[in-house]
Amino acid sequence: MLMRFRQSSHHTFALALLLWLISMPLQAALDIEIFGGGATQIPIAIAPFAGEEKLKQGITAVVAADLQRSGLFRLVDSSGPVLRDPRQIVYPDWKNRGAAALVIGSTVILPDGRVEVSFYLMDVAKQVQLADYTMIVPADRLRAAAHQIADIIYERLTGDVGVFSTRIAYIVKQGNKYALQVADADGFNAQSIIEYSEPIISPAWSPDGTQIAYVSFENKKPVVYVQTLATRARKAVANFKGSNSAPAWSPDGKKLAVVLSLQGGSQIFLVNADGSGLQRLSQSSGIDTEPNFSPDGQSIIFTSDRGGSPQIYRMPVTGNASGTAERLTFEGSYNVSPHHSRDGKSFVFIHRSGTRFNVAVQDLATRQVQLLTDSRFDESPSPAPNDKMILYATEVKGRGILAVVSSDGKTRQELSMQVGDVREPAWGPLPRVR
Amino acid sequence: MKKVISVLLIGLLSACASQTTQPTAEDKSATQAAPAAVADPNLNPILRDPNNILSKRSVYYDYDSFVVKNEYRPLVQAHAQYLRDNAGARVLLQGNADERGSREYNLALGQKRADSVKNALTLSGAKDSQIEAVSLGEEKPRATGHDEASWAENRRTDIRYQGE
Repeated sequence: MLMRFRQSSHHTFALALLLWLISMPLQAALDIEIFGGGATQIPIAIAPFAGEEKLKQGITAVVAADLQRSGLFRLVDSSGPVLRDPRQIVYPDWKNRGAAALVIGSTVILPDGRVEVSFYLMDVAKQVQLADYTMIVPADRLRAAAHQIADIIYERLTGDVGVFSTRIAYIVKQGNKYALQVADADGFNAQSIIEYSEPIISPAWSPDGTQIAYVSFENKKPVVYVQTLATRARKAVANFKGSNSAPAWSPDGKKLAVVLSLQGGSQIFLVNADGSGLQRLSQSSGIDTEPNFSPDGQSIIFTSDRGGSPQIYRMPVTGNASGTAERLTFEGSYNVSPHHSRDGKSFVFIHRSGTRFNVAVQDLATRQVQLLTDSRFDESPSPAPNDKMILYATEVKGRGILAVVSSDGKTRQELSMQVGDVREPAWGPLPRVR
Repeated sequence: MKKVISVLLIGLLSACASQTTQPTAEDKSATQAAPAAVADPNLNPILRDPNNILSKRSVYYDYDSFVVKNEYRPLVQAHAQYLRDNAGARVLLQGNADERGSREYNLALGQKRADSVKNALTLSGAKDSQIEAVSLGEEKPRATGHDEASWAENRRTDIRYQGE
């Protein structure tokens, strides 16, 4: 089972990773500890990577923060002598600290400036190696390497796909400037895609991660644009008379659901991704907005006030959609901003109870609702591509920030970001080559 | 002729005073500040005359309401009359909502408010083609506080003429 890869090309790396994943049984190989409330967290020790103090960017802290944020891991004290080789491990020591899994690793700066990063993932109880991996990365890609390591550990120990190498999009307001930014899933490496002196809202990733749709108010009213990340080229895909907003991609990336006031009210329409082929989808006399496609592309969940208060409904995308919308939420008088889980079995949304706006999740089959947060003003929940975490906007001392909550609501963490008012997060898809 | 010039001057001055927001009580402080006017010179100065009801451009709403209250009927009727008399005039109605809740849902709420003014204008004789009703949702708050007074200020539709 021991495999070792050495290559520098990202593409080869990913392919090799895929092969490696296929060759391993995808199941948890550890005894896991049960914590209060039935949540299971894997106690893991991540020993400081040897030699990382010579690097501008360390590995250990990034890997540890990623795993902890997922809510599925508990970090165990990992102080002690530097470990480079599994033969140096004194297992009873780690067992006494309560670690079920142990990561040791090392970094070496190569003559050409690139960095060789190696690590081993060990099962402490069985004293066997679960993974062994080496990669060579440019010095400015060390955070990306750390996220890939966290993904490998996560996948090996949970059997689920890791999302630490994905990206997120969000809006930052700083003074009178608005920026659409893209960052790593932990909030680092932020880059502005566009900056305006007028508001931007509702960024939505295309399923392949190459484009972002959003709403800009630069022309005195809301207009929906699609922007290609690599070229920065953009196109207005919904710029009709009245308001244009709430873009949502179909899973095949060919169409967008948008909300237009073109024919009165705010109603859901379908438009091709190039702006052609407009087609009305919802038919009500009130507000129908915030459409979101089911992963199979067959139906759309959305917010409507047709029943007197904003609630979440579902309608088919094809055929006679009009009369057949089905109401999904019944608890409370304000349920908005629905987003399907990627497995299609549930949806996250914002539920108001009293004066609080919180992230909630509802199972589509059982209709059971669970509140995941208890802060005051939560908005825009966006599930991770593996459904295990939900990114959302919240407020701390009047300032908008982004936070992540685990899908069981047990672990919550704010993302560290630069100054400014941060809002409207959207979690991007998994990288294409996997 | 002299009369015409003085009217034009007043028009220009008041245009300077309110280049971004519509004339309301709080704009009084801005009368001295006179950055370059952005108003279209072809814009009828009567729309900027503070003594004319046409200079009033904001309709306010109760919480969770889209009904144009009776106190705004004279204002809406005056604008409808102006649109009737000036077939070439065009207005943009911008609905607004307070900051509580979903941004997209608030955008739709603002749209309902803009639509309510549009309906009132067309019922009073303005043509549909002269009016575009849009929403700014909670994105362009005139009052930036987080209290009931600010929220009330932001539950609003603004009337903007083409060229403003």
